[in-house]
Amino acid sequence: MQYLLLIYENEGLGKQRSDAENKKVFGGYMEFTEAIKTSGHLRGGDALEPVATATTVRVRDGKTLTTDGPFAETKEQLGGYYLIEAKDLDEALKIAARIPTAETGSIEVRPVMVWE
Amino acid sequence: MGVHHAQIQRVVRQHYGAVLARLVRSFGDLHLAEDALQEALTAAYLQWSDGAIPDSPRAWLLTTARHKAVDEVRKRVLRGEKHEQILREQTDQAATTPEDAFAIGDDMLRLMFTCCHPALEPSAQVALTLNAVAGLRVEEIARAFLVPVPTMAQRLVRAKRKIVAAKIPYVVPERTELAPRTHGLLRVLYLIFNEGYSSSHGSDLIRAELCEHAISLAREVTGLLPEDGNSIGLLALMLLQDSRRAARVDGAGDLILLEEQQRQLWDQARIAEGSALTEAALRLSPRAPYAIQAAIAAVHAAATRAEQTDWRQIVGLYDHLLQVEPSPVVALNRAVAVAMAHGPKAGLSLIVEIEDELAGYHLLHATRGELLRRAGQHAPAREAFERALALCDNDVEKRLLKKKLATVSD
Repeated sequence: MQYLLLIYENEGLGKQRSDAENKKVFGGYMEFTEAIKTSGHLRGGDALEPVATATTVRVRDGKTLTTDGPFAETKEQLGGYYLIEAKDLDEALKIAARIPTAETGSIEVRPVMVWE
Repeated sequence: MGVHHAQIQRVVRQHYGAVLARLVRSFGDLHLAEDALQEALTAAYLQWSDGAIPDSPRAWLLTTARHKAVDEVRKRVLRGEKHEQILREQTDQAATTPEDAFAIGDDMLRLMFTCCHPALEPSAQVALTLNAVAGLRVEEIARAFLVPVPTMAQRLVRAKRKIVAAKIPYVVPERTELAPRTHGLLRVLYLIFNEGYSSSHGSDLIRAELCEHAISLAREVTGLLPEDGNSIGLLALMLLQDSRRAARVDGAGDLILLEEQQRQLWDQARIAEGSALTEAALRLSPRAPYAIQAAIAAVHAAATRAEQTDWRQIVGLYDHLLQVEPSPVVALNRAVAVAMAHGPKAGLSLIVEIEDELAGYHLLHATRGELLRRAGQHAPAREAFERALALCDNDVEKRLLKKKLATVSD
């Protein structure tokens, strides 16, 4: 069973942290990624550029509308994701809880739809 | 001869959760298990009402439902769905059913943990537990919680869909997770109990049944986790509270406070069982919050008249409870006990400390009003009762507050 772990955090937090603290978070991510690669859970994942770089596209009546910014303004922003393989939700939640910024932000765990 | 419908219903209820749990375990599919059990129930009502209830209704239901489920899986295989593996395992198992029909406890626990999974919304946890484990129909749960039937049905469907889609497992949590997850499960049972015990809506009958369900589910849990003092404590607490059922409401449906209750109406059998379980729970886990709460209820139960209540012991128990589970509500209850032991002024000075935290809680103001009244300060008492009334949304409690207000209004 695959789960997408969506990593949300207030982008301001990254700027508030000292260089040393940010380095520690980054190191934590490196370590976590390596660990779930070794344990065979990792299927994919990336960090994203800040929402200031986002563009939202909608097609209405055949017309493409392009707007600057994310589709909705939220307190915490999507900053990255992991795609993992886990045996059930409990295992996925346990892995999600190990993501370094789970302590400062939120991780949304979404099952990937299975087509029968 | 024939068997009465209500009698069959009682027997069916008693075994519903256990049979469903085993079916879910075997087939790994909640919908399939529920449908198969539903068919078996229909068959049971038909066959049993014309004859007799079999010696082992649980084995009968399980075997019948299992055959129905195997039939369904066969149909699915014929339609080209991938179920061969399950089918092979099931036809093997179906032959060996009756003997293991009673070794079902573990499956029950798994199902309860699934229903009370923290990934599900709390109200859905309660509804699912009543539906899947206690065997209540959607209409009954909707009536008990005063929710329209379609709303309740929708809540259950959504929760069941999430169990399947997100793959919430049917397992007893690992050791590291067991304590918090058990706590969550117990909280659901206590919510069910409190809905029956304290809510202002629903008929007395429906509410008494909810308490019964909560108590019998807690019994199951204590049977399955015999070393868990908190589970035993919760069972004890519910029994001790339920022992006052007949005494706590008057003819008009108004609440009667503990100190004004006719104690000869208390159910002594429940008190005896609850008190013995409290001791057992505290021996196993002296720091278990439900066990300590049960101990407080047991001290009340031991007093044949309100004046004989050992308030000093109750204060000591609240001290202990505050240590293991600090909360402003516990601190409020402790303040009441202190007031009873050492006078209203001692209690009032403690309430000042939690006033800000509980500013929106009607019972804080109700308690403050009562202690002010006892201290002879009628004007501030009136103000406090009025605040409490404005914050309270329970009709039964509101009537009680109005009575209190009248005693300080000249």
